[in-house]
Amino acid sequence: MSGFWRRLTSGLSRTASKLGDGINSLSHRRLDDETLESLEDLLIEADLGVDTASKIVASMRRTKHGAEISGEAIKSLLASEIEKLLAPVAKPLEIDSTKEPFVLLVAGVNGSGKTTTIGKLAARYSAEGHKVMLAAADTFRAAAIEQLGKWAERTGATLIAKEQGSDPAGVAFEALEKARAEKTGILIVDTAGRLQNRTELMAELEKIIRVIKKIDATAPHAVLLVLDATVGQNALSQVEAFVKTAGLTGLVMTKLDGTARGGILVAVAAKFSLPVHFIGVGEGVDDLSPFDAAEFSRALVGLPNAHPSP
Amino acid sequence: MGKWTRPSRRVLRTLLRTRSSEKMFDTLTSRLGGILDKLTKRGALSEGDISEALREVRKALLEADVALEVARAFIERVRERSVGVEVIRSVTPGQMVVKIVHDELVQTLGSDAKPIDLNAAAPVPILMVGLQGSGKTTTTAKIARRLTERSKKRVLLASLDTRRPAAMEQLAVLGGQIDVQVLPIVAGQSAPQIAKRAMDAARLGGHDVVMLDSAGRTTVDDELMRELAEIKTVSRPHEILLVADSLTGQDAVATARAFDQKLGLTGIVLTRVDGDGRGGAALSMRAVTGKPIKLVGTGEKLDALEDFDPARIAGRILGMGDIVSLVEKAAENIDAEKMRAQAEKMRKGAFDLADLREQLTQMENIGGMGAMLGMLPGVAKAQDQITNAGLNDSMLKRQKAIIDSMTPKERKNPDVLKASRKRRIASGSGTKVEEINRLLKMHRQMSDMMKAAGSGKRGGMMAGLGNMLGMGGQPSPEMMRQMAAKMSNLPNALPPGFPTATGGLPGSLPGLGGTLPGLGGPKNPEKKK
Repeated sequence: MSGFWRRLTSGLSRTASKLGDGINSLSHRRLDDETLESLEDLLIEADLGVDTASKIVASMRRTKHGAEISGEAIKSLLASEIEKLLAPVAKPLEIDSTKEPFVLLVAGVNGSGKTTTIGKLAARYSAEGHKVMLAAADTFRAAAIEQLGKWAERTGATLIAKEQGSDPAGVAFEALEKARAEKTGILIVDTAGRLQNRTELMAELEKIIRVIKKIDATAPHAVLLVLDATVGQNALSQVEAFVKTAGLTGLVMTKLDGTARGGILVAVAAKFSLPVHFIGVGEGVDDLSPFDAAEFSRALVGLPNAHPSP
Repeated sequence: MGKWTRPSRRVLRTLLRTRSSEKMFDTLTSRLGGILDKLTKRGALSEGDISEALREVRKALLEADVALEVARAFIERVRERSVGVEVIRSVTPGQMVVKIVHDELVQTLGSDAKPIDLNAAAPVPILMVGLQGSGKTTTTAKIARRLTERSKKRVLLASLDTRRPAAMEQLAVLGGQIDVQVLPIVAGQSAPQIAKRAMDAARLGGHDVVMLDSAGRTTVDDELMRELAEIKTVSRPHEILLVADSLTGQDAVATARAFDQKLGLTGIVLTRVDGDGRGGAALSMRAVTGKPIKLVGTGEKLDALEDFDPARIAGRILGMGDIVSLVEKAAENIDAEKMRAQAEKMRKGAFDLADLREQLTQMENIGGMGAMLGMLPGVAKAQDQITNAGLNDSMLKRQKAIIDSMTPKERKNPDVLKASRKRRIASGSGTKVEEINRLLKMHRQMSDMMKAAGSGKRGGMMAGLGNMLGMGGQPSPEMMRQMAAKMSNLPNALPPGFPTATGGLPGSLPGLGGTLPGLGGPKNPEKKK
């Protein structure tokens, strides 16, 4: 856990230092209107969005308006406000072992880190002793299949792929049939990146799901949206669209090791009560961690981990 | 314009795609439009009125992911000018504020289109940089394709990405797809070594351009910058283009600034502008770096790359529409010969259904209803009504199907169409008798108007259009203005519920000589619901 914390904080550090530095540099040490307004600006700059930022600041105003307060105390206060929004959505991804296979569909806009996330998930579940199969239903992007294939090799998962350009729903169908026949525990379906406002691509995703349901009406058992931590307010529209089209069940946020800020996650949590399962904190195969609301909130405002492990 | 030749399908597709980048600010546009509308309705403006509107403008900008510092500076400039003499002295203060916002947006976007510069000794190195997942490799291939096909350059592609699994293979596959040479992969080389090898190979191979696709990182870290600086030293790139995702949030400015300070960018390529992002990243990165946005990626296909034309986009932003684009598009797509023939028929009052069908086809060529309406003034605000009224391209198709189901005699002389013939046509075209009646009514109205125009009552509009559409030179700005004025004055046959307040929505389009086909008789919006 300490390794994870280090990676997360070093990852969030830019955000942290920006938000934290911002708080440190506030000239007033009193939570007056001016300070609260500056805080709101800092939160907006961390991608929390205008509505969520003003909601958090309003709550601080109600409880502590006018109080003399140190920079560290402001950070703690802010972290606890953010944690209040995030705690309800911090839920692990439960693998229902009565499903054979448990079908996990991974979707998202282009470049958000779907394939890498799938590689990390495959490593995780293989290590836990599950038999994992990967379906290369991203038949569009050049070398996407090769990329997934390399992950399959690394993690010992089975890869089901057809040639580039073939029907992704066909790949998913075939994979599910094989997964059933081979008594695979978890089938992870990679899909091509798609922008949520492109109706024809969203229809293609719908078709993949429809075809999966022909074999198992309860599948896919989890549909994950992969969000890039640098994404801005557009994430709200992404979540909305993928909930509608693909019956989204949870979120993964990637690239939190970067300039990545991830403040948008707070805005998403405030607007949709959709579970956040994992965060990606590095490029290594193990750099995928369960989402922890308290740690994330503290890291976001630049506070040290509350429960450092030895 | 001289001799007119019919554009190829590729050119048509390119023209249609022009819409994607222009649409990148649409959500922001409609929000700003809504906010500023309230101002224009008032006679006098107090400082309070302006402040209130500007608060909303600020929120709209931030929700479009415009960086806070950029939004703040923007609002301050608008406020200064708005509460100053400019507005108070003007007759229409609200309009004046709209104009100021417009001016400032144009200012922020930059005014001139800046294409990629190849004006250096061959091989000209272009270095592509950016964060992971921003779309570097795809964009590299798109630019290579464009340079090969449009500028007839010999391009060499080289992937310097030694980290992401299959990144080099991806570029190799893309190179194969666009038929551009890719530097062979040599395992174990560092990025600067590959860059050097690429430059040497290009010199030997007589290439005009070398495109260096660098590795992305999730963050702007020192290691990445060191590597890029080394690549820069080795290859001495003529262009260093930052590839950035237009869906990026507040971090966009930090990224752009970091790359620009460390490497000295020459331009920015924005990707995924076909998403419903609101262009905030574009405004912000341009504002903080002062570097031009040169190109935008508008789709996952390899030909989905457009020039970024700030002036045109700015014009569209406040719902002023893009009459210039529309006229250009019409001029490029409408068959001048057929137009001339039709104009002749119109003058004689012999405009039959076969001619109408021809017009419907030409409308489809311009990009269909959506494309045309989208470019008209004030229409951004009316998108919902348009959708509700069922105005879309399937309507054009159905109308064509109706005409196709008629006999030549019926097309020539629609008066013979009585109930039984209409039933036959309806079943033949898969439509309903009411739709046929609507089409006939539209045709009647069009013929009447054309006769009027032909007899000179509408004062030379057709002649003016004739000139524009390849029968004598480019349209002058003066002609554009006249035409815009005329378009808004013409009687229209718009569906009910269409906002007349927008004022600018014409009942007639340039080059289509009359009432807009497809907007024909009223279609009951309630029916669809």
